[in-house]
Amino acid sequence: MAAVQDGQMELDAEKETKPEILSDGTSNLSGNTASGTLSSSPLTAAPAGGAPKMEDQQTLIAVLQFLKRNKLTDSVEILRREAGLGEDQEDSQATDGSGGGKGDVDGGDANSLLSRVSITSAAAPQSVIIFHSIIFFYSYRFGKVGGADDQPDVSVVLSAYSQQGDPSLYQVYYSGLKNFIESVLDCHRAELSQLFYPLFVHMYLELVYNNHENEAKAFFEKFSGDQECYYQDDLRVLCGLTKKEHLKGNEVLLDFRTSRFVLRISRDSYQLLKRHLQERHNNQIWNIIQEHLYIDIFDGMPRSKSQIDSMSGSLAGEGKREVNKAKVFHGLLKEPEIEVPLDDEDDEAENEEGKPKKKKTKKDSLGSKSKKQDPNAPQQNRIPLPELKDSDKLDKIMYMKESTKRIRLGPENLPSICFYTFLNAYQGLTAVDFTDDSSLLAGGFADSTVRVWSVTPKKLRKVKSAADLNMIDKESDDVLERIMDEKTASESKILYGHSGPVYGVSFSPDRNYLLSSSEDGTVRLWSLLTFTCLVGYKGHNYPVWDTQFSPFGYYFVSGGHDRVARLWATDHYQPLRIFAGHLADVTCTRFHPNSNYVATGSTDRTIRLWDVLNGNCVRIFTGHKGPIHSLAFSPNGKFLASGSTDGRVLLWDIGHGLMIGELKGHTDTIYSLKFSRDGEILASGSMDNTVRLWNSMKAFDEVETDDFTATTGHIHLPDNSQELLLGTYHSKSTPVTHLHFTRRNLLLAAGAYNSQ
Amino acid sequence: HQSSTGREERRFAEVPRESIKLMAESTGVELSEEVAALLAEDVCYRLREATQNSSQFMRHAKRRKLSVEDFNRALRWSNTETVCGYGAQDALPFRPLKEGELFFVEDREINLVELALATNIPKGCAETMVRVHVSYLDGKGNLEPQGTVPTAVQSLSEDLLKYYQQITRAILGEDPHLMKVALIDLQSNSKIAALLPYFVYVISGVKSVSHDLDQLNRLLHMVKSLVQNPYLYLGSYVRSLVSSVMYCILEPLAASINPLNDHWTLRDYAALLLSHIFWTHGDLVSGLYHQILLSLQKVLSDPVRPLCSHYGAVVGLHALGWKAVERVLYPHLPAYWANLQAVLDDYSVSNAQVKADGHKVYGAILVAVERLLKMKALSLTLAAEGSSAGLPGTTTGAVGFRENSPGLSPPPEPLSEPPLGIASHLQAGGAGCQWEEWTPVSLPAMYCELYSFFGDSLAVRFSTDPPLGGAPPPGPCQPLEGRKEPASSAPNLENTRKMPQLTASMNISPRQDGSPRMEPQPPSLAATVPGRSLSRSSSSSSVSRSRSSSSRPGRSTSQSRDIFPKSRFPLPQAGPPAFSFIIGGRQMGRRCLGRRFQTSFTPTPPLTTLPPRAYAHKLPVIGRVSKPVRRWTCSHYSLHLPL
Repeated sequence: MAAVQDGQMELDAEKETKPEILSDGTSNLSGNTASGTLSSSPLTAAPAGGAPKMEDQQTLIAVLQFLKRNKLTDSVEILRREAGLGEDQEDSQATDGSGGGKGDVDGGDANSLLSRVSITSAAAPQSVIIFHSIIFFYSYRFGKVGGADDQPDVSVVLSAYSQQGDPSLYQVYYSGLKNFIESVLDCHRAELSQLFYPLFVHMYLELVYNNHENEAKAFFEKFSGDQECYYQDDLRVLCGLTKKEHLKGNEVLLDFRTSRFVLRISRDSYQLLKRHLQERHNNQIWNIIQEHLYIDIFDGMPRSKSQIDSMSGSLAGEGKREVNKAKVFHGLLKEPEIEVPLDDEDDEAENEEGKPKKKKTKKDSLGSKSKKQDPNAPQQNRIPLPELKDSDKLDKIMYMKESTKRIRLGPENLPSICFYTFLNAYQGLTAVDFTDDSSLLAGGFADSTVRVWSVTPKKLRKVKSAADLNMIDKESDDVLERIMDEKTASESKILYGHSGPVYGVSFSPDRNYLLSSSEDGTVRLWSLLTFTCLVGYKGHNYPVWDTQFSPFGYYFVSGGHDRVARLWATDHYQPLRIFAGHLADVTCTRFHPNSNYVATGSTDRTIRLWDVLNGNCVRIFTGHKGPIHSLAFSPNGKFLASGSTDGRVLLWDIGHGLMIGELKGHTDTIYSLKFSRDGEILASGSMDNTVRLWNSMKAFDEVETDDFTATTGHIHLPDNSQELLLGTYHSKSTPVTHLHFTRRNLLLAAGAYNSQ
Repeated sequence: HQSSTGREERRFAEVPRESIKLMAESTGVELSEEVAALLAEDVCYRLREATQNSSQFMRHAKRRKLSVEDFNRALRWSNTETVCGYGAQDALPFRPLKEGELFFVEDREINLVELALATNIPKGCAETMVRVHVSYLDGKGNLEPQGTVPTAVQSLSEDLLKYYQQITRAILGEDPHLMKVALIDLQSNSKIAALLPYFVYVISGVKSVSHDLDQLNRLLHMVKSLVQNPYLYLGSYVRSLVSSVMYCILEPLAASINPLNDHWTLRDYAALLLSHIFWTHGDLVSGLYHQILLSLQKVLSDPVRPLCSHYGAVVGLHALGWKAVERVLYPHLPAYWANLQAVLDDYSVSNAQVKADGHKVYGAILVAVERLLKMKALSLTLAAEGSSAGLPGTTTGAVGFRENSPGLSPPPEPLSEPPLGIASHLQAGGAGCQWEEWTPVSLPAMYCELYSFFGDSLAVRFSTDPPLGGAPPPGPCQPLEGRKEPASSAPNLENTRKMPQLTASMNISPRQDGSPRMEPQPPSLAATVPGRSLSRSSSSSSVSRSRSSSSRPGRSTSQSRDIFPKSRFPLPQAGPPAFSFIIGGRQMGRRCLGRRFQTSFTPTPPLTTLPPRAYAHKLPVIGRVSKPVRRWTCSHYSLHLPL
């Protein structure tokens, strides 16, 4: 998409990755931060890498580097002599850096690399230096610096470089590592196998970058078959890349260059690997590991193959453990105290049940939420929320009344399903949303229209014109009824305004507004009183794939092809927060029930949870093997469900930052997920024309989240999808686009009938 | 071919360098082998990239099938020109050519005519709607069927199809009673909108039954019913209906070969129908009026066409109103007359049939022209009346009138009497057309010229008109005269002066086109007829006389006489008396006395002296012209045959 505007895109990407790294990095060590910046701006990276006292020397080194780049070797030597920058100094500096600490591996190494380079150039004959510096130049631009070996043996370093120049050896290196990994103990093999994919990609790209097209092809031929099947999509993209010119502007490549592939490996396995590489002097691979991979070393038992598989699959490897350590206030906010006019309302509402009893239950249901203050809940005013209007209070009362009539669902008591079929939707139905009270239905279409239907006998009416509004008696009790223009009553209304397919629609909780996001790069806010567009929020500039209102209204979130999610307030034309960090399109966005967090799913196969307050990324969930197209929070805010193109639903514990369940069964992309009102049942709707119901309570209960798993993040998932599956419900020929539980727990599904 | 790339697992479709070279050559660029290879590879890569990018649009549109639209979106977002012309939903077949290794997307030629006349009218798009269905009750499947999907043409249900069959069968069948019932239902049924295209299609079948007058008649009736149905919106089908009706009016039908077939009636009816469609639905299709006029004119000016076609054109023009006649028929008459004259003058036996046809045409023209004169006079009168209010002989008043008169601006609606209804419609319709090249001819000049063609038979037309009212003036005339009275108060002064010259009874009531002309006419005439001021100063009776005499030589000698040197009607001497007399007769019309006077007088001069009167005299004998005149007081309906 952005292939042609690559230059600009790269800039954008760099801008956007920086805030991410900073926001990620709150929990990281400074070394990580530096290494992150290194990849985006090479020159500033060098000074940042080392300790502050070394700053002068770092600057010198940078100057040296520059001179070398310009082949001013004489000047290099002079400068070196004058500055008194001896080998020893650099060496000690290098060891300082590399021994920095567990999270500091790369930062230190980046530093040491530079020193190696200078040693090399100082000692080597001129011709070699020139050769070296050329390579250095290229490789540095690409973000790859050669020659990080613990042995200060000049000849070894030189050979490393000459080896790098020999592309035919890449296959040898790779197969050497492959043989090694296959020969190690089983427990280590699974862990070390994680290296295959990132190594493969980076070696391939290096070959392509250095214009070794034929070698690159051969390399790909030989080893692409070894990669895990869930990387097929990426491999397909890679396969097409055979020219250096093509590297520019390719989004997948951009991701590989700007981010580090994160691997979690136990200390034992890591030592094993390190020893092997040192023995073999396999610098090529070691360089790549240092430059492009982030190895998250943990102490303890190596993980099993299934454990690894369940967590891998994302574009940038697993999330770092530190990332998911931040505290997330996943509890629900205290319900506002509303004086329910119990007496008269109840009399009217229900006659079957005894009055006193009724009153009691009412009070209980009210009190239960307000009394218990969830320890995990955020402060009530952590995020400023709009005040409740009278109409909102009325709606809350309605909600409570409805919820008393709610059907208690469970494995023995499955919900009834009503299917809303869109007929004659030749335009292509792309998005659906129901209001919370299930009275309105909105559809976004590929022909740029948004259509709103009333699914109750109450028709949709516009407000009268200003002139007519002047005529009405504003003091009358039924003024809200009087302002409506009866002549405009109809079952459905069409909203025109977008200039591209509408990919997301969302009703405001008070049913007065509707949001729609479209391919044209805008999010539009529509009034459901006048059925006109009120605001067009511009900012994404690329297709906006999804948008959603906050559960309290006022705020909304949108995510699009520009890889960021944005938080907006309806009365601001610019976003309040930009959540940057995903490596590919943000495909779906959901608000946490307490409105303090936003979850985003992406094409990079990760899910991120963002703190609305400070814009930080507080959770990264990896494990999906395909783009994520649906997300759902459990009503209690503790859990998150996600569905992707791979047909799997994954369940996540937000508090612990762990995957707690995998629901297999769908055969196609899952486009909708919804928990029942009490959270006992999870419904998933898919392109395979089915709705499946899952026993979410059981899934949540069975996972024992002891301290160990919580700290290591290594879970063992029981393969119990079949037990959890409560039912599969087929539609005739209608992909399920949206699911919604009414306040009484009736399941509404929606989709467009597909006649082919 | 582009969307076909990139879907294979490992190896991609590739664009061979030969293709690249060919394409380069087609734009006049020579490419070396090396460049072509590089380009080919790059093109492949770009295509793959675009395809990969396009898949996300497919995913987000929640489809499984990658569409051309998706691909184009990807291209658009990468600032590349989109591929047009592959938007069809169906798969495009990719074919090889046996000779040479050429592969191409099949692009068949489409026969538009066939498509247009195809019987299977494509269904429109039905409204997008949402239907609810309780699929699963308490987790158990609902056995009730999910309900059928409403099809595009929802109304084409079994019932409607049955209705359609019944109606067409009844209308085209033998039973006249059944047909009447069917037609009445077609006129009033409010639920047949969906069948309209089908009925229109049936009606367009007129072309295939031109041998069967009966069927043609039935189809025309069907048109009438459809047109009259208040619930039907004809929309663009008006054009189709008009073309069917025009066919009946203008074409030399197979049925007209047999002289026994009364295809004349069919043409009259179709013409009436045409005017009806036009007045009621003409606004649905822009430029319809002009188009109809053009095609009528074309037929009229085509000497090769049989006389029945000409007849159709004349009645068609007549039906479209006097303005159409004035616009098309009148200017065309001199040229046409020569042909008609030749036919009528041929007394040979072999020509008998043609001659009879010629008489038909003659009659039709006469009727048309007659109404033209009347209506024009009326419009002048009304215009004059309208301006006479503010016309105390001042110059401003004269100017005001002048502005009114040359344009023949229509009389205001409230003034129009029932028979005028159509005419006023015409003016409304005519206003929409461009009349640039057309300059209005003054009424007297027109009359003179027409008289030069028809002679007294024209006069007879006028003379025979009023008596039909009998002693009590006919209803429709009432308002006219009632309206006339006050207006005539001014001219009355002059009428009294005129009286001695003719008879007292004659001048009691002002003539429509005569008396009002006294005061207001001059300025308008001055515009067209020079020397008007002379006669103006003379007495009123001499006005009428001198006007005819003065204008006659001016126009008829210069034009019609040149064109028809052998024109047999008399020179000015014969004309003036007849003219003045007719005026008298018209004026007399109000009183029963006048008729006697006229009838006794009229025959005399033409019968004795003028050959044209022979036709005039014969006309009633020849046939139908007399009938309608007798039946309908108003000449606008003189062609109307009630069915």
